[in-house]
Amino acid sequence: MAAVKLPIAKAITAGLRDAMRMDEKVMLMGEDIGALGGVFRVTDGLMKEFGTQRVVDTPLGEAGIIGSGIGLCFRGYRPVAEIQFDGFVFPAYNQITTQLAKMHYRTRGSVRMPMVIRIPYGGGIGAVEHHSESPEALFAHTAGLRIVTPSNAQDAYWMTRGAIESDDPVIIFEPKKQYWVKGDVETETRPEIDMHTAQVVRPGTDATLLAWGPSVSLARESAEAASEDGLDLEVIDARSISPLDTATVAESVRRTGRLVIVHEAPVFGSISGEIAARISQECFFHLEAPVLRVGGYHTPYPPARMEESYLPDVDRVLDAVDRSLAY
Amino acid sequence: MSVFRTTIPQNAEDEPLVRLIAPDGTRTPHEELDAAVAHLTGEDLRRYYRDMVMIRAADLEATSLQRQGQLGLWASALGQEGAQIGAGHAARTQDYLVPTYREHGIAWARGIEPWRLLDVWRGIAHGSYDPYELRTHPYMLVLGAQAPQAVGYAMGLQRDGLVGTGDDESDTAVLALFGDGSSSEGEVSEGFTFAASFQAPCVFFTQNNQWAISVPTSVQSRVPLAQRSRGWGIPSVRIDGNDVLAVYGAVRLALDAARRGEGPRYIEALTYRMAAHTTSDDPTRYRHSTEEEEWAAKDPIDRLRTYLEAQDEIDEAFVTRCDEEGHDLAMALHHQIHAMADPDPIEMFRNVYADPHPLVEAEREEFVQFRAQFEDETTTGEER
Repeated sequence: MAAVKLPIAKAITAGLRDAMRMDEKVMLMGEDIGALGGVFRVTDGLMKEFGTQRVVDTPLGEAGIIGSGIGLCFRGYRPVAEIQFDGFVFPAYNQITTQLAKMHYRTRGSVRMPMVIRIPYGGGIGAVEHHSESPEALFAHTAGLRIVTPSNAQDAYWMTRGAIESDDPVIIFEPKKQYWVKGDVETETRPEIDMHTAQVVRPGTDATLLAWGPSVSLARESAEAASEDGLDLEVIDARSISPLDTATVAESVRRTGRLVIVHEAPVFGSISGEIAARISQECFFHLEAPVLRVGGYHTPYPPARMEESYLPDVDRVLDAVDRSLAY
Repeated sequence: MSVFRTTIPQNAEDEPLVRLIAPDGTRTPHEELDAAVAHLTGEDLRRYYRDMVMIRAADLEATSLQRQGQLGLWASALGQEGAQIGAGHAARTQDYLVPTYREHGIAWARGIEPWRLLDVWRGIAHGSYDPYELRTHPYMLVLGAQAPQAVGYAMGLQRDGLVGTGDDESDTAVLALFGDGSSSEGEVSEGFTFAASFQAPCVFFTQNNQWAISVPTSVQSRVPLAQRSRGWGIPSVRIDGNDVLAVYGAVRLALDAARRGEGPRYIEALTYRMAAHTTSDDPTRYRHSTEEEEWAAKDPIDRLRTYLEAQDEIDEAFVTRCDEEGHDLAMALHHQIHAMADPDPIEMFRNVYADPHPLVEAEREEFVQFRAQFEDETTTGEER
């Protein structure tokens, strides 16, 4: 079956639609997801197809959305909740971290929480405060949650499907800046790679660039730019934050000896720190340089007119690569 | 006018307090509630009396067990037996109950034996029972968080076609319980909002026991809590929570309405936390014993006994038998707690996820390996 070309947003729509057609327990909840189709139009047309009982325009209350989703899980439903923007997930932080993540454990396995929380995340869209954040580390710290983040349309489709099929709660961080970037999507055949496995998206030999979500395209772009200088960089798309596939990264680092991690989240306390610690442990004798990181600063996400300087770009990535190679 | 009101009196303090049995045990008529309890027989009321005696005995024993170091903590429900037994029995078998950590009477009415609750307080598990088996949500410790969850369950019932069909055996509702302190949590407000917007079959029930640890209800609300939900369009009533009959009647009416598809209801039951907040608390720092004495005179168990004695429904022999059964239950708890083995710490890695998670598995393996070293040392030491 030939692949279709879809933007990431529409690949997610297709994933939601196919999952809803296959399992009547799958339902969508969120603010403005019905008639409007969501502020990013990701749920466009789904209320029309599946009705108001399965595509629920909720009151404006994130704790209510996730909390009622938990109750629906107890009734055997598989709710997919849309959080409108990254910065608006925090009113639901309690429900997600003290309830959703722990209910299976609390009930000694008798109750499953097959909920999906979709969160458009990341910056670069010139938005006001709370619309450009990357809070993945804040959720990765909580056992019981699974976290994935697609960087392309094919992953967007299959991660949506995989997350809905999972009997554990899954947060999907969706790269909103790239919602309209098109890619090939093969919806008929399930890919061999599962949603929690990292993927080498560009093989190379001189250093490894690890990125996820919206930063994967930056890492690839940086690798292309470096190739003009005769550098051959390997690029890995982490794809999953929890669990984290460090084996794929370690395999790469054992070959290249160098690792630079790129993400939009503030570097301090980020997932890249976790990866650096683990890679230092697993690849200690293979590392030619310390693991370096490129990401946001320890500031609130800045006003839009400054965000270009806050976000990693090719220059900052290659500067880090140079520093790594200088060891 | 329905006992469930939709409007707020000009003067908030004029909010009526609905009851069927006065503190002195005399029966006071109330047309609507009388009808709701009319089917209760002397046998039913004797059972409720016995239930209250039993959970009080279990409660006092649990406090003793904590003092003896057998439990890490205990949250006593002393004084709230009327509210909990009345509400618990008003629910139908198919209804779903959503309790907080002080709802031992609800658990009892649901058929959850007290010893099963103790594993949480002993530190053996975070949950005591299978929520599906007993149609009872896990005890909630993050207060207020259960409100939207209860509404979500009720939304599921709507989608499952279990609301408003007219079939008494299948139509189902949710009873969500929270205290006066929890009522200040934003999630309770969001629960009200979602329940009202979707007309979910959810009854919210507050035991206003006057104290949230050390903070009196007056700090939680300027007006009677019952009035709050009316702003959401959720009809509500304030009842005497130490009157098991009134509680039963009000909860029954509310659940019936919810099951019929008439949407949510809210009940504020005035009661009193006669003991400390938990075994770690010291009420002498924030309240007067005179207040405790005032409420002791309104005790739910004494009240029902006085009423039933006046009705010739119980005699001294019955009261004595209940006390003896309570004593037996306490003794049984005492023995059961000593029979509770600590779990193997390896259990902490179980059920973190439904599907295998490589990090949890790797750390579990590390733990096993680490522990094995010491097992070797112990063995060597013994051999030596």
